[in-house]
Formats: sequence, structure tokens, C-alpha cells
Amino acid sequence: MSAPDLLSPSALEQARDTALAAFAAAGSLEELAAARTTCLGDRSPVAQARRSIGSLPGTEKADAGKRVNVVLQAVTAAFEARRGELEQERDARVLVEETVDVTVLPTRPVGARHPLTTIAERVADVFVAMGWEVAEGPELEHEWFNFDALNFGGDHPARELQDTLFVEPADSGLVLRTHTSPVQVRSLLDRELPVHVVCPGRVYRADALDATHSPVFAQVEGLCVDEGITMAHLRGTLDHLATAMFGPGLRTRLRPNYFPFTEPSGEVDLQCFSCRGASAEPGAPACRVCNSEGWIEWGGCGMVHPAVLRACGVDPERYTGFAFGMGLDRTLMFRHGITDIRDFYEGDQRFTLALGTEA
Amino acid sequence: MRVPVSWLRTLVPGLTASADEIAAALVRAGLEVEQVHRTGHDISSVVVGEVLDVEELTGFKKPIRYCHVSIGDRTHEVVCGATNFVAGDRVPFALPGAVLPGGTIARRKTYGHVSDGMICSAAELGLSDESDGILVLEGEHALGADVVELLSLRDEVLDIAVTPDRGYALSVRGVAREAATAYGLELADPGLVAVPEPTADGHPVRLDDPQGCDRYVARVVRGLDPAATSPAWLQRRLVLAGMRPISLAVDVTNAVMLETGQPLHAFDLDALSGEVVVRRAGPGERLTTLDGQDRELDPEDLLITDDRGPIALAGVMGGGPTEVTAGTTALLIEAAHFGARTIARTARRHRLPSEASRRYERGVDPALAPAAAQAAVRLLVELGGATAGPVTDVDLRPPLPRLDLPVTEPERLAGRPYAPEVVRRRLEDVGCTVSGGPEVLEVEPPSWRPDLAGRADLVEEVLRLEGYDTIPVVLPAAPSGRGLTPEQRLRRTASRALAAAGLVEVVLPPFVSESSLELLGGGTDAPRLRNPLSAEEALLRPTLLPGLLATVGRNSGRGLPDVAVFETGHVFVGAGRTVPAPGVDGPPTPDQRAALDAALPEQPRHVGIALAGAPASWDAAVTALVDLGRALGLVLEPRAVSHGPFHPGRTAELLLDGRRTGLAGELHPRVVAALGLPPRTCAAEANLDVLVAAAAAQGPRPAPLVSHFPPASVDVALVVADDVPAADVERALRDGAGDLLEGLRLFDVYVGPQVGEGRRSLAYGLRLRAPDRVLTGAEILAARDAALERARADVGAELRT
Repeated sequence: MSAPDLLSPSALEQARDTALAAFAAAGSLEELAAARTTCLGDRSPVAQARRSIGSLPGTEKADAGKRVNVVLQAVTAAFEARRGELEQERDARVLVEETVDVTVLPTRPVGARHPLTTIAERVADVFVAMGWEVAEGPELEHEWFNFDALNFGGDHPARELQDTLFVEPADSGLVLRTHTSPVQVRSLLDRELPVHVVCPGRVYRADALDATHSPVFAQVEGLCVDEGITMAHLRGTLDHLATAMFGPGLRTRLRPNYFPFTEPSGEVDLQCFSCRGASAEPGAPACRVCNSEGWIEWGGCGMVHPAVLRACGVDPERYTGFAFGMGLDRTLMFRHGITDIRDFYEGDQRFTLALGTEA
Repeated sequence: MRVPVSWLRTLVPGLTASADEIAAALVRAGLEVEQVHRTGHDISSVVVGEVLDVEELTGFKKPIRYCHVSIGDRTHEVVCGATNFVAGDRVPFALPGAVLPGGTIARRKTYGHVSDGMICSAAELGLSDESDGILVLEGEHALGADVVELLSLRDEVLDIAVTPDRGYALSVRGVAREAATAYGLELADPGLVAVPEPTADGHPVRLDDPQGCDRYVARVVRGLDPAATSPAWLQRRLVLAGMRPISLAVDVTNAVMLETGQPLHAFDLDALSGEVVVRRAGPGERLTTLDGQDRELDPEDLLITDDRGPIALAGVMGGGPTEVTAGTTALLIEAAHFGARTIARTARRHRLPSEASRRYERGVDPALAPAAAQAAVRLLVELGGATAGPVTDVDLRPPLPRLDLPVTEPERLAGRPYAPEVVRRRLEDVGCTVSGGPEVLEVEPPSWRPDLAGRADLVEEVLRLEGYDTIPVVLPAAPSGRGLTPEQRLRRTASRALAAAGLVEVVLPPFVSESSLELLGGGTDAPRLRNPLSAEEALLRPTLLPGLLATVGRNSGRGLPDVAVFETGHVFVGAGRTVPAPGVDGPPTPDQRAALDAALPEQPRHVGIALAGAPASWDAAVTALVDLGRALGLVLEPRAVSHGPFHPGRTAELLLDGRRTGLAGELHPRVVAALGLPPRTCAAEANLDVLVAAAAAQGPRPAPLVSHFPPASVDVALVVADDVPAADVERALRDGAGDLLEGLRLFDVYVGPQVGEGRRSLAYGLRLRAPDRVLTGAEILAARDAALERARADVGAELRT
């Protein structure tokens, strides 16, 4: 075709229409690319028309150029528009294709810390926040720390084989500590007064393992010795611990009791955190946590016995102190409704995983 | 101590509170009332009946009677299997529809007759555990009267757990004193009865050991009717208190003990020979106690003896030859005060806890002996037709202690004021004699309170009787603390890191067996328990592995085959040393203290890990410790090692600054098989104390220079002999590349024909960077070449081509 034919308005319009139709018909980016080559490529009618402008007489060049540009812009715009459409379609399709099941996760071992560890830390943190310090001591202990210094006489029943685990040889004086109280003795001997320490730890008794007894269990004790310390301070501390562990509004109650290393001594009961004491009222619904007694036996406490202070080199005329102790296993048992103490010490992963995630 | 409330009321006239109220009051006063048992509350429709006639039925295997019983307005026919009654006897008769402890009574046909009710035995009324024959009522009772009322079948029993310091509460008297104080009532003290003076013809008694026995009252009783039995009320009291009626003499001594707290013993006077001597056992002496056991006596045992030798283990149990029997008519009643420690030791030595020894161990009122003996004699006279004979009272008691009590001492310990008159009155409530004042009171504790030995003991009495609930609640102000120690914080970090790495914490008992230590190592000098709970596991663990591997077995046995657990806890290394215990009047001297500490075996904290099933791989075990070190800011370097229970080719020791602090890897197949563990079970153990101490000692670390210049990456593939550990190659590259090396990563390990037999290729990516400039090509090449040269020199590495 000659240049005038190619540049004729009808030819250009036809080329434009053909191109627009081809782009519209392209169903994919690949087809669109092919249509672009056909309709906009070097050999396309529009390209050829453009090249043929040069062969026109000078007077016609401007008009023809204008015509070609108009068509070229229209075709190019159509192409870009169609490409935009097709790219959007493709992206949408790919994202759909890449959809996953977000509930299918890789199986990775899940760890947890033992509830006895986390509760010991929790109690320690309550006291550390008040300025107390965490004291520790050996589990295999000399009787002097475990009994003598704590005002257990030589014939105290706790020193018998059925209660205490003794270490060979018979005269070694070594025992597995039966309570965390020897740490109190060590603290009073080793620290400057005043002493404010909390001692969590494992302790041992010669009890065969069953649902409610274990030869190993966990205790926490607190000891506060200073000038002017009274049972009022003991009560304040116990109430504070109860609130920190079980939430606000729970009361504690002291009942007189006997321990060799405290005088006066008491048993500390905690108002049942479940029924908050309501189940003890006549006609109230039963409470399984406290057996409808309204109170839970929590631990023992009292004013440090003058004999203990003397054995630790503290003048009982000048200083007074209080001490308290409770079972951590027991605290967890009523807090979580654990009915078998063996669960703590059997190493079944399900137990730790269920209870050990709380900090 | 089981205290029938009806008995309690006899000692506290005017006590009208309910059993539950009394129990609550006693709890407030510090007696642990564990339970309030109710008895007889469900019995109904049992009335007094008179047996009108008795017809013996024959032809049955056992004697059967057909009777008519009148209850006043009506007559019932009844069939009865007992034979101990005659026409005219008045008996408890259960009407049809009556409720008894054993069930409901109904009209029924039996042995060919209608039985329209039941004649009751003591056991059927819940009065005793067993009884032969029905209960024939003594005395005049109106027909149709309610037997529940008549026999006081309804009662409550307070079950009280008595703490070791409160021996006085092992008696109705002691509990009654607390109840009287709680309600402000008078106590009818059975310890205050009039007693006869000792007589010149009293049975001779000698106390050879005043430490063991400082008071001995002996009463002679003659003419006891051997056929006399204990009346129902007496038996009833014993049964409710938890003892079995045996014979009048024994029942009387038991009932007096329960009421007063003074143990009594009755000897058959005719079997006694000569002077009663209380002394310690001599060499080779033996005694057959009432339980039939022939016992070898210890020189520390306190004995009651006569001319022929031992007749009783003092305060614990009597002996066979002087036992009161069915034919006994003359008694020597003993009411003595024995030392608590002596009796406790003897009872334990012979494993013979008795009602008497329980009381002596906790302290019996030494002033009580004459009154208790008198109470027993009176009952034997009244109930057994006996006559009271001569009286002996040997009294070597030391004077009672007196204590000074500043009147402000209760306030000093309680944190609230107590008026001086309150302090005085409360001390008098518990039986103290109080004089002096106004500043300092002179207090003489009562004879039944040997536990009141110091000021604090007296303070407790005031505080508990005024109520612990009246003490205010005040939070003490502690000085500013230092928080957790670095070690305590690092141990928490370690525990959290292990859990975050997918390990489940376990807490295990430290008891291990010899056989497990033989298998798993841990030395031969683990501390041994004298009284292990199981003979099998008598050692204290020197390693955490036995417990952890048992845990693997337990979990997989419960259908949880994938196990990844850790434990941190003390292990025990080496036997302890024997050192004498210092006194307790003051603190130990520095030498004594050092000796006490040196006596203890070492007890470092370890961390142990066990992996089985899917999580089990030697590298996971090693990585667990390396990562633990990293969490603590430490570099733990693995090095191949062959060690006891581990697989010789798949185990690393973890080095901290060149010293072994742990082991990790796959267990030896022999160990896996011996313990029945899942195949390829892995384990690791490290000394946590060493890790934590090293971490705590590090101090603040210097900050790195974070260079903003671009890095240069260089890859090198090195061929080395296949027994050269990658760690060594890596170290050589690091040392050679010098300061410009920022990071290094092993990205490929190749073994195959291209590198030849016995060799392997390790490909490393090196990241080089300078803090202050862009590295030039020459610098990069120089660092690379230096690294290669060092690897060649140190481990014989060749550049793979």
C-alpha cells in the first residue's frame, strides 16, 4: 500500500478499531503482548503509517502526522488500560491461589515451667517487692540447723525415724531438711539485723507416697526479725500475701497452735477464695474447695521463740520477730483443685503443660 | 482425745451451749477440734417394756424365746434370741417402726410366731461395740418411758487433736477448764477432791530415780467383788471416749484417767511381793508385758519392781504376773508422776504407744496423783463393794518454777495493749498464781502446765484467751532490699530459656537406686539414707539422669511417646562428715560453724534434660545446653567425648573456658535397652551452679561497634580429614581472618567421591566488614587467604577446587 492509502483517515480508523478490538479480545497478558506486537509493533499498520509520513509532500505532512498521533495515542491508551485490567485480574488470581489454611501450623515442641517453680517465684516476687530478700540453704542439712537451733529438744518426736529421713552413718547428724526453717537459722547467723527473708524450697519427710502424702514437697517460709516486730506485723504480712496470691478482699485467721520454734504460735487459715466463706452459712450451697467450712488451713506461724533467737546470737530482750510457713503444693492443690499430690512429682508432661505456663 | 460432751458438762455446771458452739469456742482457744461426732440422734421409738412371760421354743439350732412385753398401755408379742432375762425384767423395747443404728424394726413373722418389735441389747442401741444378751435395765423405770432419754443415748463427742505442749488437754478436766474459761463458768475440778492422808501402814514404796519418778501414790483396795461389772453409764463413757470396757477394775482406772488425765495402774495385790521400787532396768532384765510380749529391757527403761523383779514398764504397760484377773479381789492402785522424756523413750524403744504413755510424754500434772487415786478407790468402793485400805504417797517433787513477766510483755509481742488486770486474770484463768506488780508480775504456773516455761509461753496464754482476732493487722516496713541476687535472676533466666526451647519442667524425688547409678554413672559415694522409704532407692542422687530417664519411661508408658523434659535441682556428691552438734545457748563459734558447713556433702544444682521420641536427637540435646549457655551469656563449646552411659560416637562434653560443665548426646544403646527406653533416647546434664556463677561473674559486657559500611561475603569450601571436628576448622578460620571477620556460617557438608575417601568438604560463608571504611578487594583477599592459611596450618584443610 502506498503512503496515502496507509494514511487515509479510513485506513487509520480501521487500524485503530482493529487494535482496540484485538486488545479487548486479549484474555491474558500473553495474548495482550501478542496483540501489542500486531497492533503497535514495527510492522503494525500504525507504525507503517507513521513511517510513511516522510514520503508525503510537505504540505500534507502536518495533517497526516496529527491523524497518526491521534490514532497512536488512542491505541496506546487502550493497550495500557487493558494491561492494567489484566494485571489486576492476574494479581487477584494469584493471591487466591496462594491462600493457605492458617490453622495448619508446624508442630514444634512446647515447653512449660513446673507450677511449683512458678508459684515459688510468684511468692518471692511479692516479698521482694516489699524489700525482703530471698534466702536459700542446703537440702541435706545438719540436725543442728534443722532441729537443735529451732528449739526441738533431743527427744522431740520429729527426730524419730518415722518422721525424718536420716543420712548414714547413724551419728553423722545429717538429715534431709524437714522444713525450710533451717534457712531461717542460717539467715539470722549470716545476715545483719534487721532480717526480712523469704525462703522457698524443697523439704522431705519419711512419708510414703500416696494421694495426700509425699516424701518430698515444697514450702515457703518468711522470717522478719527487728526491734519492735509484733504479731500485728505477722497478720499484716499474711493478709498481704493472701491478697497477692488470691486477690483482694480475702481475710486470714489465726488459731493458737504449737510449734517448737515459735511462741506464741498459730495456725493460719485463709478465707476460702472460692466461696469466700459463704458456704459455711446454714443453708448455703456446698463448697468443694473448703468442704463448706469457709476457711482453708494454709500454714503455721508465730513469734520466733526466744530460744531460737538466742541460738542464732540475737538478743531476745531487744529483738522480736515473726515467722510463717506454708506448703506450696498445698496452696496449688486448693488453688487449682488438684486432688493427688503425686501429680507434682511424677513428671507427667501433661501436668506441667496444663499448669506451668503461669508466671 | 475424744471428749463426750455430756461428760464435759458434768465438770462445767451451767454449760448450756450446744456442742458445735463449744467446739468453736475451744478452737478459738487453740484446741484443734477436728470433728464433732453425733451419736444416738437418729434413734427413736425405743421404750421401757416389761417382760410378761417367756416361752422357750425348741427344735431350732439355737435357743429362741417367744415372749410378751408390756409397754404399759399395750402388749407386744416378740421373738428373741437372747436368754439373759426373765419374766418381770424391764428392758429396752423397740416398737415396730423404731429406728436403731442397725436399721428399722418392723413387724414380721419368724420361727412360727409374729414378732412385733425387738428387745434390744446394748450394742443394738449403739451403746457398745458388742454385747452378749439384751440390756436388762436396773432400777425402777416407768413402762413406756423413752429409753433414749433414760439412757442418755443422744450425745456428742468432741474429737480433739492435742498438740505436744498441751498434755493437760488429754483429759476431760483439761478441756473442761478451757470451756469454763471460754464461757466464764466455774470448773468443778476433779483434781480438787479431798484425799486421805498417807497412813503408816501404807504399802512400802521406794523411788530410786527421782528424775524418772518424783511422785508415787499407792492405794490398797480389798474385798473387791470379782463378779461386779461396770454399770452402763461407765461403759457408755468409755465407749464414747474410744476405749473398750474390760472389767470393773480396769474400766475404773481408765475412766479416771480420761477424766483427770492421770494414768492409773491396778496391780493384783496378792501377786505382789514386798516393797514396790521404781528404778531403771539392770543388765539382762526382762519383762513379759500385758500384750504377752517378752521384752529385753534397756538400762534406760524405768521399771516398777517388787522383790521378785520387774512388774511393769513404768508409765507404758503393766506386766503379766501382777495383772488383774477375773478372780482378783485385792488391788494396789498406782498413781504416779513419771518423767516425760523417760516414758517417751521407753514407749518408742519398745514400740509401745499406750494411752498412759501418750499422756506422760506430754506431761502429766504431778499434783494430781492423790486425787486421781482417790477417785478410783471411791468408784471401786461404790461399784465393786471394796473397802479402802492403807495409803502411800511418796512425794519428791521439785518446787514449781516462778517466772517474771513484765506486764507490758504481751503488748511487746502482740502489738496491741492489754490492761494489767486482763493479763493477771487470763493467767489466773489457766491456773497460774500471780503476785507482784505493778510493773513485773511474778507468775507461778499451775502444776498441770509444764509447758509454761518462759515469758513467751505466758504471753501466748494471754493472747489466745483474749483472741488472736483482736490483734491488729499492720504491714511491717522492711528496709529497701536489693532484689533478687544475680544468681537467682540467672536461674530464672535459665529455667525460662529451657521452657522456651520446648522443654517441659519436672520436679522429681531425689531417691535413686544403686543399680541405676551403676548403669548411669555418678560415682560410688552418694549419700545413703538410714531409713529410706524404699530399700531399693536408698541413695541420694549424684546426677539427675536416673529420675529424668524414669520420667521418660513413665510418659511413654502412658502413651506420650514424645518426651522433652528438664529438671533443675540439687544433686548430692560425696558422703558427709560427722561433727558434733554445738549447744544452743548462743550462736556457734566460727570454728563450730565452719565444721558444721564442712560436714555437709556438696549439693550443687544441676540441670538435666531428657528427650525421647520425635524430639530425640543427639544434636537437639547438645543444642539445648549450648542455647542454655547462650541465654546466660556464655559460650559453651561442644567437644566429642566418650562417657559411660552415652553413645561413644554421639556425645559431646560442653566446655566453658576449656573446662567441662556438662555432657549431652544420645544414650548408649545398652542403657536404652536396660531401662526399656524408646530407641535413641537422648539426655544432657550440666552443673547449673557453675554456669550461673560464670554468668554472674562476667560483669557488664562491652557494646559492639555496629558498622554501617557494607559487608563483603566470601565463600570457601575446605577439604579436611573426616575426623577433624568442624568446630576446629571454624576456630582456625576465625583466628586467621582476624578482626575483619564479622560472621561465619557453615552452609554445606559434603562427603563423596569428589573429595576422596576419609575426607569431607566443609563450605563456609565468611562475612567481612570494617568499622570505619569500605573494604578494598585487596583487603578482602588478604583476610580470606589468611583464614585459609591458618586452616591449612591448624587442621590440614585444603581449598576445594
